[in-house]
Amino acid sequence: MLQLERTKEGNKDILRLIGEVDASNSVLLDQSMQEILQQGATFLLIDGNQLGYISSAGLGVFMSYLDDFSEQGIQFAIFGLNEQVTEVFKILGLDRLIQIVPDKSTAITLGNEP
Amino acid sequence: MSHKLNLSCCTSALVELRSFLQLSLKTYGFSEVDRHQLILAVEEVCANLIIHSHACNPKELIHLEVKELKKKLSIEITDKGDAFNLLEYEVPDLKKVIEEKRKGGIGIFLVKKIMDEIEFESKNGKNTCRLIKNFPSSFEP
Repeated sequence: MLQLERTKEGNKDILRLIGEVDASNSVLLDQSMQEILQQGATFLLIDGNQLGYISSAGLGVFMSYLDDFSEQGIQFAIFGLNEQVTEVFKILGLDRLIQIVPDKSTAITLGNEP
Repeated sequence: MSHKLNLSCCTSALVELRSFLQLSLKTYGFSEVDRHQLILAVEEVCANLIIHSHACNPKELIHLEVKELKKKLSIEITDKGDAFNLLEYEVPDLKKVIEEKRKGGIGIFLVKKIMDEIEFESKNGKNTCRLIKNFPSSFEP
């Protein structure tokens, strides 16, 4: 089961993932990301506080946008991942390609540094 | 002791696979992080079979058996679809996957990173993939 919730704080779009992302539902994640980007997001945050599991199908969705993000100057970060899910990002080395921060308060201040 | 599951070839069955593995992997002394990764590795192999070898036909089945084999954990995945030998599968370069905006291709990479040994055989139309993980040193089978 996967539920997706969108919110906005200041200039940042936040997409909250609730549940588990696998090959049966990764297309929903893809659709949500596409929608947010089509609406001109410049700063996208993924809230992973309630993400219990993600397989390569979900990781592949994030990876497929990384080039677009850098080409279009869109900032992207993920926060709130639990230990097990963080380890999965690390196996692939995605923690070096995606900004992963511990919590929302850190994520919200990203890009605000003088 | 062994745990067995017949899995229907549809992606919506993956959640059932995860609950089966949660239970059957509990007794071997693996940490929560290790268990999570083992579940992921098995799911990646099964998702591949379901999508690529069985074209998501829910009438077809994949058989799983979790057991101890030569003092190691063995997860045996058998099916009768087109053989997919993951030992021969060349792991793609991560940068290329990103450049080509491919949404797949990294599952087997995860499997190879997580498991200690992988065995594959195809005989008389039956494919067997064995994913093997050493028990944690603290565990005595």
